Amino acid sequence: MYELNTYLFVAAILFSLGVFGVMTRRNGIAVLMGVELILNAANINFVAFSRFGGMNLEGHIFALFVIVLAAAEAAVALAIVINIYNNFNSINVDEASALKE
Amino acid sequence: MTEIAFWFVITMTVLSAGVVVLHNQLIYSAMALLFTLFGVAGIYIFLWADFIAGVQLLVYIGGILVLIVFGIMLTNRISSVRLSQSNVQQGVGGAMAIWLFILISFVVSKTPWYKSDALEPIETVAGIGTLLLTKYLLSFEAISLLLLGALIGAAVLSRKEN
Repeated sequence: MYELNTYLFVAAILFSLGVFGVMTRRNGIAVLMGVELILNAANINFVAFSRFGGMNLEGHIFALFVIVLAAAEAAVALAIVINIYNNFNSINVDEASALKE
Repeated sequence: MTEIAFWFVITMTVLSAGVVVLHNQLIYSAMALLFTLFGVAGIYIFLWADFIAGVQLLVYIGGILVLIVFGIMLTNRISSVRLSQSNVQQGVGGAMAIWLFILISFVVSKTPWYKSDALEPIETVAGIGTLLLTKYLLSFEAISLLLLGALIGAAVLSRKEN
């Protein structure tokens, strides 16, 4: 519990699961969920290094920026996904192979 | 007691993250993502990051997760059975993910990380606020511009063309 490596291992598991989701999911929104997992893993690392590196708050600033970027990314990605759904009638990323009809 | 809570949070996070990437009903994945994000917020609290944990709850669970659920609802015919989806190439993907995990674990356990002891702060908000408005002022302004851009972009993208 007071070990840096515990947190790093948890982040590594989350990161691997996220990469697995991004690689194998067909649904666009499920891919997005994998990306969220990856961003959370990175955030755990930032905050853990901040905590064990002498409570340096700059790691927290980075984590904040990552959260803001994730929010912006989710908004834009969902707009794109809804457009893909309107054009192709499905959001499977392997079927969406054209940029416009 | 704290120890039990810690391992409970870790287990919940990892197990529900597994459900997020493996379950074939999208809405269950989204619900599992809720527990993962809660677990990550708990990990932040164990790491003395009270403000980040609060932001995680507000932005991730209150914002992004709701957006994702909206996305699922808008892009599936709820009444039909097409809410499920399948994964492709699970073998190759799983092998890659396990290989990546082994690689990261190797690096994590072999590297002598810099460590320095510190006392638990009473709160971190004041420090974060001071840093945001002094050293990271430019990044702070840039990211607010980026948020504005993303907002306008999302609105333009999802608008019906006429």
